[in-house]
Amino acid sequence: MTHTVIEKIIQNHTQQDVFPGKIIWMTLDVRTARDFGGPNVVKNFQREYGDQPVEANKKTFFTFDLSVPACSLKYADNQQICREFAGKKGIKVYDVDEGIGSHVLIEQGHAVSGSTVVGTDSHLNILGAVGSFGQGMGDVDITFAFKTGKTWFEVPETVKVVLKGEIENSVSAKDLTLFILRHLRTRKAALKAVEFYGEPAKNLSLAGRITLCSMVTEMAGIIGFVPEVNDGFIKEVRGLSGITYEPLLADKDASYAEEIEINVSGLTPQVAAPFQPTNVKDVSELQDVSIDSGFIGSCTNGRTEDLRAAASVLKGRKVKQGVMLKIVPATRKVYSEILEQGILKDLFESGVVLSNPGCGGCAEGHIGLTGEGETQISTGNRNFAGKQGKGQNYLASPEVVAASCILGRIASPEDL
Amino acid sequence: MSESEWTGRLWVLKNTSGKLIEDIDTDQIYHNAYLHITEISEMGAYALGNLEGWKDFSSQAKPGDIIVAGRNFGAGSSRQQAVDCFAALKISLIIAPSFGAIYFRNAVNSGFPVLQSPGIGKLVQKGRLCSGDRIKVNIQTGKARNLSSDDSFQMKPMSDVQRQIYEAGGLFAYAQKMESG
Ligand code: SF4
Repeated sequence: MTHTVIEKIIQNHTQQDVFPGKIIWMTLDVRTARDFGGPNVVKNFQREYGDQPVEANKKTFFTFDLSVPACSLKYADNQQICREFAGKKGIKVYDVDEGIGSHVLIEQGHAVSGSTVVGTDSHLNILGAVGSFGQGMGDVDITFAFKTGKTWFEVPETVKVVLKGEIENSVSAKDLTLFILRHLRTRKAALKAVEFYGEPAKNLSLAGRITLCSMVTEMAGIIGFVPEVNDGFIKEVRGLSGITYEPLLADKDASYAEEIEINVSGLTPQVAAPFQPTNVKDVSELQDVSIDSGFIGSCTNGRTEDLRAAASVLKGRKVKQGVMLKIVPATRKVYSEILEQGILKDLFESGVVLSNPGCGGCAEGHIGLTGEGETQISTGNRNFAGKQGKGQNYLASPEVVAASCILGRIASPEDL
Repeated sequence: MSESEWTGRLWVLKNTSGKLIEDIDTDQIYHNAYLHITEISEMGAYALGNLEGWKDFSSQAKPGDIIVAGRNFGAGSSRQQAVDCFAALKISLIIAPSFGAIYFRNAVNSGFPVLQSPGIGKLVQKGRLCSGDRIKVNIQTGKARNLSSDDSFQMKPMSDVQRQIYEAGGLFAYAQKMESG
């Protein structure tokens, strides 16, 4: 039997025959809970299983990233509930200083090619960037995963997306991602795995893959993979986690639900307008939109490469008077890199607000919400009404957010 | 102990043109105005309470009844109440061509029987399944019979995994069973 990438991973984690539509039991390599959902997992576990141990405490983690350090009493309580439980069960906590959980799993080598990981984070499928089957689930499912090291899953169909044409260097992974979202919307990849092919996908760096795979959630997909890799990517993964990336390819004659070609030649910067991530337009269509604030970070665009790209636009320039640009590195590791590489200084001198690593403004607050009537441009992945306060949110690349904050209106770096 | 064969009276959720209603979301199933209710037995009164044309469902439903709905039943939010409200009414089974992913997980995990049956829309359109008919369904084999018309058809049976969880009485109970078995 031939298999797509997702089918191969699942087949390696189950005794049953794997084919799309089949519901199987899958063994898990890693399970996590964060400061959202984590306390519910602890409460469920204690109610159902009392003092019994978790299945493999060395492969179980808590990752705090939403409210770090806690900015409300509720989060402070919740994090403490998790810490105390972790202490009793011998579970490691990546605490409030570490950064976004999914990124920490990649950096620490917990999420590796071919592995299975579940957690209480709806963007855990970001782990597809390193070939790991990550999946966000509810607290009942994660409690069960803590107890048994297993989960059930319906094997999804796979869609093959082939990117045709060449893209200019000035076009970022976020532009490519938003452009793909513009084509697939929430229908074509819904409840399916996606494999991205073609040179523009193959050439993506680790950060670029993270950007693309993170927004498969917004495409309503299960997970995305970029099976073809480049040497730079392999080096990056090894440098970061010490782990050698194992290639993960689909069988040649694997069968797909659909094959979709997208021509990306001539792509220009893309922006998603409120209130849907799929409401994507060319940046040139939105140049009359003035903005009050910007945000650079999140699991989609919070890596060193993203902040370097923003700094390359901001260096020697100033954020426009009256505009507030908030920057949040994804992890402590990213923070140390921007410090060592001088990126932090360039950002600071351009007048941005820079915070400690985490989900930051992407989640509810911490580094600021938008008020009623406020217009923000963000590198995040969601712009649903109310997601980051009462304001309007546009989604774009770090370069576009930086340029927009310099000019006070939606702009691309070319406009400077 | 759980049964593998049910006989129940049908509720076919179709629109005026005779087609199954698609994309019924969790707000139509269980409106967010009642999310504060935590006692499962109190949730039944609000089942389908926000679905146009079916607002009196809960007062007419009887224990053992079976619901047939259109594709993507339970789309939207992750609220468990949208499953529990049917359990409260002792609805025995919900059949749809497909379910919202989270809804399906919630139902399976809580041991509430749901069947995915891709061909069911056709049977409804051909008039082979109507509200009020009594049907008999075997969740192990997928064999079903309309007792009102003596018509039989084949549905997709429950997967092994789903049946194991169902028979244990939910996901948490299944974990205990795994340990002891
Ligand atoms: S950065 Fe935002 S989308 Fe990503 S994990 Fe954190 S809260 Fe979720």
